[in-house]
Amino acid sequence: MEEKNNKKESILEKLGNSSVWKSIFRSGVPRTRRQRMYAVLGNVFLHLHPARLPRHAVKVGYTWCMGGLSFFLFVVLTITGILLMFYYRPTVEYAFTDIIDLGEQVPLGIMREIHRWGAHAMVLTTWLHMLRVFMTGSYKPPREFNWAVGVILMTLTLLLSFTGYLLPWDQLAIWAVTVGTNMARATPFLGSEGPGASLLAIGDINLVHAASDVRFALLGGRFVGEATLLRFYVLHCIAVPFIAMIFMAVHFWRIRKDGGISGPL
Amino acid sequence: MIETIKHTIDYISAPTISFTLITVLFPLFFPPTDFFDKLNRKLRIYKIWTNAGGLILFTLISIFFYMGYTDPNFKIILMKGDNFPIVLMIYTMFFFTWYAMKKSYINDARIEEGKKPTEWHDPEDKVLVWPDLVYIELIALILFMVFLIVWAILVPAPLEEPANPAATPNPSKAPWYFLGLQEMLVYFDPWLAGVLFPTLIIVGMCAIPYMDINKKGDGYYSFKERRVGYFIFMYGWLVLWIYLIVIGTFFRGPNWNFFGPFEYWDPHKLEVLNNVNLSEYFWVIGLGQPLPQNILVRESVGFLVTGLYVFVLPVVLAKTILKNMYKAYGPTRYTFLMILGLSMLSLPIKMYLRWIFNLKYIIGIPEWFFNI
Ligand code: HEM
Repeated sequence: MEEKNNKKESILEKLGNSSVWKSIFRSGVPRTRRQRMYAVLGNVFLHLHPARLPRHAVKVGYTWCMGGLSFFLFVVLTITGILLMFYYRPTVEYAFTDIIDLGEQVPLGIMREIHRWGAHAMVLTTWLHMLRVFMTGSYKPPREFNWAVGVILMTLTLLLSFTGYLLPWDQLAIWAVTVGTNMARATPFLGSEGPGASLLAIGDINLVHAASDVRFALLGGRFVGEATLLRFYVLHCIAVPFIAMIFMAVHFWRIRKDGGISGPL
Repeated sequence: MIETIKHTIDYISAPTISFTLITVLFPLFFPPTDFFDKLNRKLRIYKIWTNAGGLILFTLISIFFYMGYTDPNFKIILMKGDNFPIVLMIYTMFFFTWYAMKKSYINDARIEEGKKPTEWHDPEDKVLVWPDLVYIELIALILFMVFLIVWAILVPAPLEEPANPAATPNPSKAPWYFLGLQEMLVYFDPWLAGVLFPTLIIVGMCAIPYMDINKKGDGYYSFKERRVGYFIFMYGWLVLWIYLIVIGTFFRGPNWNFFGPFEYWDPHKLEVLNNVNLSEYFWVIGLGQPLPQNILVRESVGFLVTGLYVFVLPVVLAKTILKNMYKAYGPTRYTFLMILGLSMLSLPIKMYLRWIFNLKYIIGIPEWFFNI
């Protein structure tokens, strides 16, 4: 400390040693090993990481960064999604024209592009992340459960993508969702055209029919329509992201609790 | 010259041929047993997991897409905004599979020599997250954001005509990541392809760590020490999932008919469909009788075949070829593995039954929506 006072401080150091900076980040400019570890431990976001890692764990060649990129894309999608929600109204009357306006009227009209391509990219990054976890055998004990959490996260990613697909309310949207949700009709026992559904009857009265089966519950009607748009909107913007966030918290927590990133013994 | 190549590609793209080729070649690329390993060495297929092999792979894919880009028919499909992720998917899946296999082969050789895998470092010699990891994350993040912004500027997000419930497009396709499931609809009814199989895929994926009791190969790239598990997973992933998506995107046109990538999507293309149920094969063609009135009698053969496949086959396997495995796994784990494994296998089985015998349903009870 004595020594330091004699040297001329750079602007960065001055800033780092100012009382405001220190009140926020606690440590000054991290120079020593100790300070650097403290910079990670004292920061709520960086604290997702341990302070020190084995050498192979920071190599891009080992993790491909794909888990991190999936999370990054989730954040990008949340931010762009919030911006889109300022303009988009989930009704049959406005949805399509709002989407057009997003490109034509809104300044910096590429938010929709970033959101859409980001969503596709996130599907790919989670797939590649899964591939690397498989190929490094990182699902083996003690990480079995975290792999299962990952599978749920991947399913949720696909559901997010799928529910979002309907929102532009164009031909692509309603027909892709029609094709997808038609499957629900065939759910055993719960779908009107599923095996076993005809067994669920009281006398002549069928309990499971086109206006009471799971597909109806999913669509809010017999066809992809106004109610479906609202349902998918709520699922897409609130319900699924909420669930995904919970699972991500578990996923990240478990990475640490399972002994950090996997590696050879 | 180019035309002949295109015709050849169109011809071998047909699921009957391409799927067979891939399935037959697959064990040569990821040899699960000594027999295939020997063949792999003899034919020097392992060379594909070297830089030169990777370059050749990359060139071949690029030539294919370049031909697609210059072809009027293929270009229409390629240029759809939502299909770009699939081009990306094909490149990245190839690249990362190649990359991981390359690393695995290096590690396998090291392990054979008694050395530690390349990932191994002295546990005392750790690096600090700040700055060693944080700056990598920052660079990855910036590069990826730049990539995303460039993509967003260059390719406008697709928007078609406003939704019109009265005008069904032909073909109507699910989003690309579900096209593997939609392709299964050709061979299975929706309650299987759209409900049961997706559920089993999710359950089965979650079950992988509990089914794979091989402790080796944890925390480093390796192939040899876990070749059987590796082979099964990669076949399921690359062929039954990724390749089916490729078929669904590039090779399925109006009425879900097959079209080669360079073929014009003719909405009037006719495909003769005279698929026959197993019950008809047995009663009408086999015994020369009309179909029995009673549904259960009519479908008795189907029930028998399905029962043999689901209940008897696992028991027979446990007593014969898979004896050692059964011992190592125990009854519960073995049962689960069989349920998942046989379900996965049922897809290629049903595909070939359809292609060779025009078989429609093994059990066909449309009255109860129960068709297998
Ligand atoms: C939204 C999706 C996901 C996010 C944001 C995510 C995030 C992450 C991150 C940041 C890591 C740290 C290491 C790395 O980057 O590779 C990780 C590790 C891990 N992930 Fe994921 N992941 C997701 C989906 C999945 C999926 C689909 C699986 C598997 C099916 C999975 C299984 C695992 C496992 C087992 C680890 C520990 C790997 C090790 O210790 O080497 N995750 N995840």
